Amino acid sequence: MRTARSRPRTPIAVLIPAVIAGVFFTLPLIGLAARIPWSRLGELATTSAASEALRISLMTSVAATAIATAFGLPLAWVLARTRFPGRRLVRAICTLSMVLPPVVGGVALLAAFGRRGLIGTLLNDWFGVRLPFSMPAVVIAQVFVAMPFLVLTVESALVALNPTTEETARTLGASPWYLLTRVTIPSIRPAIVSGMILTWARALGEFGATITFAGNFPGTTRTLPIATYLALESDIDLALLMSLILVVVSLTVLVSMRQRWTGALGDPR
Amino acid sequence: MFCMMAASCSTGSNNEAGSVTVFAAASLTDVFTALARDVRDAGGPEITLSFAGSSTLATQLVEGAPADVFASADNAQMDRVIDALVNPGEPTVFARNRLAIVVEAANPEGIERIEDLERPGLLVALAAPEVPAGNYAQLVLDAANVAVTPATYETDVRAVLTKVQLGEVDAGIVYASDAAAARDVAAIDIPDAVNHVANYPIVALHRDNAAASAFIDFVMSPAGQQRLADFGFSVS
Repeated sequence: MRTARSRPRTPIAVLIPAVIAGVFFTLPLIGLAARIPWSRLGELATTSAASEALRISLMTSVAATAIATAFGLPLAWVLARTRFPGRRLVRAICTLSMVLPPVVGGVALLAAFGRRGLIGTLLNDWFGVRLPFSMPAVVIAQVFVAMPFLVLTVESALVALNPTTEETARTLGASPWYLLTRVTIPSIRPAIVSGMILTWARALGEFGATITFAGNFPGTTRTLPIATYLALESDIDLALLMSLILVVVSLTVLVSMRQRWTGALGDPR
Repeated sequence: MFCMMAASCSTGSNNEAGSVTVFAAASLTDVFTALARDVRDAGGPEITLSFAGSSTLATQLVEGAPADVFASADNAQMDRVIDALVNPGEPTVFARNRLAIVVEAANPEGIERIEDLERPGLLVALAAPEVPAGNYAQLVLDAANVAVTPATYETDVRAVLTKVQLGEVDAGIVYASDAAAARDVAAIDIPDAVNHVANYPIVALHRDNAAASAFIDFVMSPAGQQRLADFGFSVS
């Protein structure tokens, strides 16, 4: 059983900057809350604009997280466990979208999947499929900018994983598939969940690549961040309320998911 | 040329540095940069330019930012500045900006009139109604009695232009000055009867500032007005 006494005291040189960092993140939230027009809350919360944008944001960010996981896990495994020429370059390319300005990412997506893009032209000519300005385009933009968070988190966990367990299982005759699904994945489950949460959070807040690649149309591609940005131009109260919705939804998920799923990596309680 | 029309600049302006600071609306960026070059090439004073949204500039001027000339993209922001100043000059409308349809340079969809935007299957980008250009575009479409369901409502008018330039949409509605300055697009006129026209006023922030007045005189001169027309603005 752990008690408070069993932990070392926090050095003051650590505590002070840590508190400053905490205040730094908290103050803008308090500032936001202070500006919220609480008296108009009921009236604004029932506007279809906000609820529609929230629905699209939730649908697309969950879809983006599922796709990013389905493809990001194998990518992380390949980056962590195989050796091939140009592996570093591949890793850099696959995580570049984290540092690119999202608008640049959106233009790049248009250059690939747009109506005049490398693949987009073929999709249009062969199948009559046009991705831009559609809900799938929102998901693609989110996957593009958010998947690196899953890949990097899972790859680090795979690299850090103690090889003994896997070797033991292998010497006992476990097949590669059994090893992967029954040994490796369960061992890094907290990292997978953390990566998924980071990916989802990034997808939910996505703005630049989405507006550039998917555009903005109510009911199809207008996510909550885009609706918020537009509301700032016309009805600042509505913009503040939409910000509040985004903050509440994100905080709820971030807090509850961490406690529920990432025990091994989460709070050392 | 600048000095020919403004006798005062040969006798020296009351601006010690011999330069004129001009605050101008963002949509004037290209044309005012060219005008400043014209003035310098004619041996006039150095023109220092600061571009931003008209409302941002107006706020800066009301707060006391040091400038000699203000060129606004609408009358409302000009009025804010004039009301706050002690001894301003008289604002003059020096240019007007209309809306225009932009299409890909080759106009593959054969769009010729605003009514063509109604065609089913045509991909159209508009600025969102929350921003001025989108608000104007909707007024124009309503006036023309044209019902358009756009593929996207862009967050600013330059993004509409970009979508057309990239070929992602077939047509968009932007300012005529944006269309004139852009590559890879063709502009299609919207008739005056349904178009929305934005007035651009200019003012010397102090009425006795000779160098500022000289710059404004140059903007209003045939050469200055020709420059504005070259950049897609309507002049009288």
